[in-house]
Amino acid sequence: MNGIPETSVVTPDPGSAPPAIGVEGLECRYGDTVVLSEITFAVQAGELFFVIGGSGCGKSTLLRHLVGLMKPARGTVRYSGEDFTAAGVMARRNLLKTFGVLYQSGALWSSMTLRENVALPLEQYTTLNRRERGEIVALKLAQVGLAGFEDYFPAELSGGMRKRAGLARALALDPRIVFFDEPSAGLDPVTSRKLDELILQIRETFGTTMVIVSHELASIYALADRVVMLDHEAQGIIAEGRPRELAATAADPRVREFLTRGEEKA
Amino acid sequence: MTAVPTHARAEAVPAGDALVVNLGGVWRITQPLPVWRKVLGDRRPHAVRLGVDGLERWDSSLVRFVREVEGWCRAAGVSCDATALPETVRRLADQLAQAQEKRRPASQAPNVLAGVGLAATGLWWQTREFADFVGECTLSASGLLRHPGRFRWRDCLSEMQQCGAMAVPIVSLSSFLVGLTLAYTGAIILRQFGGDIWVADIVSLSTLREMGAVMTGVVLAGRTGAAFAAQLGNMKAGEEIDALETLGIAPVEFLVLPRLLALTLMTPLLVMYANCLGIFGGMVVSAGVLDIPPNAYWIETQTSIGLSDLSVSLIKSVVFGMLVAVAGCLRGLQADRSAAGVGRAATSAVVTSILLIIVADAVFAVLFNALGI
Repeated sequence: MNGIPETSVVTPDPGSAPPAIGVEGLECRYGDTVVLSEITFAVQAGELFFVIGGSGCGKSTLLRHLVGLMKPARGTVRYSGEDFTAAGVMARRNLLKTFGVLYQSGALWSSMTLRENVALPLEQYTTLNRRERGEIVALKLAQVGLAGFEDYFPAELSGGMRKRAGLARALALDPRIVFFDEPSAGLDPVTSRKLDELILQIRETFGTTMVIVSHELASIYALADRVVMLDHEAQGIIAEGRPRELAATAADPRVREFLTRGEEKA
Repeated sequence: MTAVPTHARAEAVPAGDALVVNLGGVWRITQPLPVWRKVLGDRRPHAVRLGVDGLERWDSSLVRFVREVEGWCRAAGVSCDATALPETVRRLADQLAQAQEKRRPASQAPNVLAGVGLAATGLWWQTREFADFVGECTLSASGLLRHPGRFRWRDCLSEMQQCGAMAVPIVSLSSFLVGLTLAYTGAIILRQFGGDIWVADIVSLSTLREMGAVMTGVVLAGRTGAAFAAQLGNMKAGEEIDALETLGIAPVEFLVLPRLLALTLMTPLLVMYANCLGIFGGMVVSAGVLDIPPNAYWIETQTSIGLSDLSVSLIKSVVFGMLVAVAGCLRGLQADRSAAGVGRAATSAVVTSILLIIVADAVFAVLFNALGI
């Protein structure tokens, strides 16, 4: 449980079940401005998948499209083969139940205690009674190392604690897929490494698929089974694969430069 | 892998004195789940053994169920054997058990006496903070008189437009309707004595001395005071105020003074305008319902009001404007750094402004009476 265990690369079995997430020909726009185009990739169940790239390359935009906060201009997003882009209200709700999202700042509801924050998805989507919800909340907070903080308000917590509480909320319904937007942003290296350990631990316990948007090299190397790298100029994916292999052998110099912090060039 | 996922199962099989509970199927927290009390029924076993039978997938709901069984066993003094369960389930159930013991007590509600004491000290601190803030504003304003070039005139002008010109429609409507209502209410009594014409006196005097300033003050409290509190509260939540302070710029000088001056200058103008519309509202009722010609109403109005009434209105309007601006800005700067904090600040700004207006109005009533104005 302690220390970062070896990450195992999930090898997809071709011809079996559809991938956990399948993105095909996705185009993201803000008004008339195309941010990303021709985005195609697949994430297998249980995989730790990173979306990487420099600032302003559209990582967060891609994430917002994946979780349905923005509508793609073109292309489809499928979850286990089910079309999310064209889903009706009920189908969409059912798919949303299977996601958890950890926002950059935790995005906890500030007028609610941690208990209420984590319990809200349970109230919405389960038939558990108050006591049973309380037990799940206690378990989730314990999983992220915040046991006993049920009655605290987000404003009373530090940045790292808020992020962990946000993760507890994202995990409330034991989602099949958890999305992370810059999980290490604003955290010190030690807290950031603990969060990485937590991510691995949760994947190991529940086999959760994780999609992480990040540019933290330490986390990328420690966690990622596979990455896609986006680029601002290319408006799309410029590399896909295992981070260490890409750093050593990627054809595109931008990819090597990013993954070696430009040190290879020097 | 089965084509159709089976729901969560918990089947109890008696084995001598013990009860074997086999857990199987797919345990999803969002799906229907077995309830321990129903699984148990009327049975009172001497031991419970948890086992696994065709368990496909599971999540926290299974952990919670296991924990509930363990809790029941402990309460009933019965042994519980969970060794047959997957190691992860047992580990999580232990984690849950520890978390439940670790629960930190919530801040306890104080008893009545302590509540009264806390409220009293709270009131004292609020008064002190208000006085501090007024003092700080005065000091900043006097500093500004020495260096007028530092004043944010552009901000002040845009605030003047926001809290003055943009407030004209709502002030027009409210003051016209108040004048109208005053005329109707006055007419009920005065008509009985054939003194319809004195409706003009009632409307003009009460509008000038009371209603014009108070109504405008209340409208501005809701419109501008809340906006000030929300703006400054949001700036505080976004660390914009900290950024000013670390640059050595006093937030009071930079943010509060332009707003304070804008509202102090605009409120008298709005109140004078409100007075005119109030009197006009009375005139409409007099002409339409009481058959008093507008010129007669106007002559009666002129005889009933004097410069002293006008000055009462002006003095009140300046003070009310200041109070609303100070309350709005103070509450904004005191706001907690969260969305809920900003909301509370806006509410509190409105409540404080209206309270201060009412208290100040009462003080003025006593004061003007003593001075014979």
